[in-house]
Amino acid sequence: MKTLVTVKRVPDPESTIRVKPDGSGIVTENVKYVINPFDEIAIEEALRIKEKQGGGEVVLVSIGAKVVSEQLRTGLAMGADRAIFVACEQELDSLAVARLLAKIVERENPELLVMGKQAIDDDANQAGQMLAALLGWPQATFASKLEFSADQKSVQVTREVDGGLETIGFALPGVITADLRLNEPRYASLPGIMKARKKEIKEISVSELGVDITSRLKIQKLTPPAKKQGGKKVETVQALVDLLHTEAKVI
Amino acid sequence: MGNVLVFAEHHKGKFPKSTLVALQAGKEAVGKLGGNCLAAVVGSGVEGAAQALTGYGLTKVLVADDPALANYLADVYAAALAQIIKAHEVSLLIATSTAIGKDLLPRVAARLGVGMASDVVGINADGTFTRPMYAGNVMATVSLDGAVKVISIRGTAFDATQAGDQAPVEKVTLSLDAADKKMRFVSFDEIKSDRPSLTEARIVVSGGRGLKSGENFTTYLEPLVDALGAAMGASRAAVDAGFVPNDLQVGQTGKVVAPELYFAVGISGAIQHLAGMKDSKVIVAVNKDPEAPIFSIADYGLVADLFKAVPELTEEVKKIKG
Repeated sequence: MKTLVTVKRVPDPESTIRVKPDGSGIVTENVKYVINPFDEIAIEEALRIKEKQGGGEVVLVSIGAKVVSEQLRTGLAMGADRAIFVACEQELDSLAVARLLAKIVERENPELLVMGKQAIDDDANQAGQMLAALLGWPQATFASKLEFSADQKSVQVTREVDGGLETIGFALPGVITADLRLNEPRYASLPGIMKARKKEIKEISVSELGVDITSRLKIQKLTPPAKKQGGKKVETVQALVDLLHTEAKVI
Repeated sequence: MGNVLVFAEHHKGKFPKSTLVALQAGKEAVGKLGGNCLAAVVGSGVEGAAQALTGYGLTKVLVADDPALANYLADVYAAALAQIIKAHEVSLLIATSTAIGKDLLPRVAARLGVGMASDVVGINADGTFTRPMYAGNVMATVSLDGAVKVISIRGTAFDATQAGDQAPVEKVTLSLDAADKKMRFVSFDEIKSDRPSLTEARIVVSGGRGLKSGENFTTYLEPLVDALGAAMGASRAAVDAGFVPNDLQVGQTGKVVAPELYFAVGISGAIQHLAGMKDSKVIVAVNKDPEAPIFSIADYGLVADLFKAVPELTEEVKKIKG
């Protein structure tokens, strides 16, 4: 099976994000960048599908400035076969991203698309669903388990939804977005890192794809959130319960 | 300004609080931007259920009834909503960021070729929206271009709507073709619990990695949860460690809660967890590490070994509750 996996470069989830004083963006100095954690899960799943089926190809795709090749290289070191890099310096909303990805899908013709359920920078949780709509493909978001039919023509996906686990099925091709429990991503091995240096990262320009990438969603301004002040420390359980009862009046 | 359409999510014909919250956001949008507020009830055999929404001061309750809509499936539901939007001059579509809202709305937006803002916490009079980014470390003011705007709203940012004038129920005609019915519902495995749901509970008690095991959630945390009549939550670290199911996760990539009282037990307070609970009215932290970041946002902090403190806490709560 040929699987396409999307990779986004995002600030390390452990890093502290601050807004620039003029509200035009975030402070990027000293911020470390990583593969979006959910995309890492998506790469891992694609690799496991390939290993289990004993064949196929895992192709990574990322959109952004030249530096995203760092994250693509990491994904290749995990075991992906090759990568596509769409060079684009401007900020894109999820619809523009989905439009570019739809063109890549047209060119590559994968049977399966695996994406992270959400990027932890803009927290939009939109691109996978939008891409599925543009392609007219079925979608299974928030996936925690995949089961392919014996002929690998269809899949049943267990999804983590409110109040339980839902299972849906569809014939491929389709879009799957990975939730936390789908798997635990592997680390790149040293031989993997060596091999990755020789793997192809193909660069494509936006103009080559001929897509309108005007963002419908425009960020007007960024501000820091209202700060909540920490309160007091209490010494004993007794004192805590008394305060919750008499002062805060919540129990 | 055209009409505001609220996707009225229901579970087997019952409308959860998250739907009443979306209706409130819809009414607020109409108040600020104009138009009429419509609700869309989508399903099979839901005309009777839709009656439950007639008393909230809406202009119309639209019912999209079709056997193909019996179970929620993104492709066919998106097709239905896109048709309703075109037929009813809708310029703003709203749903709450539930699992269904998150799954469905981007698909509708892309079908219509328009943009979307997720997890909106403020609808502004100038037509912009306020939403968090970067795990709530940044608040963004955003605008959406295009004839239709699509927003999902954060359930904790709006109140449940109040009763109002009667609205008529109107059936809508749909034409759903095979291309929109590629997905198939297989099963739903409900996690049964007598406790209130995480996003609707007045009190939430969450455990973190400090609990050390799933058994300790049962032995130590659950008695406190039940003594308080609370919902149980967990940090991502506890979910990652396999102590509890992901359904309980509170945080940036889990559920966002804002109860009257939030207990963080054995949770250090990673950015991604704070994103899901920092709007709680009263926050209590129990942690043995006095430097844990959770204390910086807790109203009441107790530096203690949770394995000693939590059973004591449970006993004290029981005494008060009598």
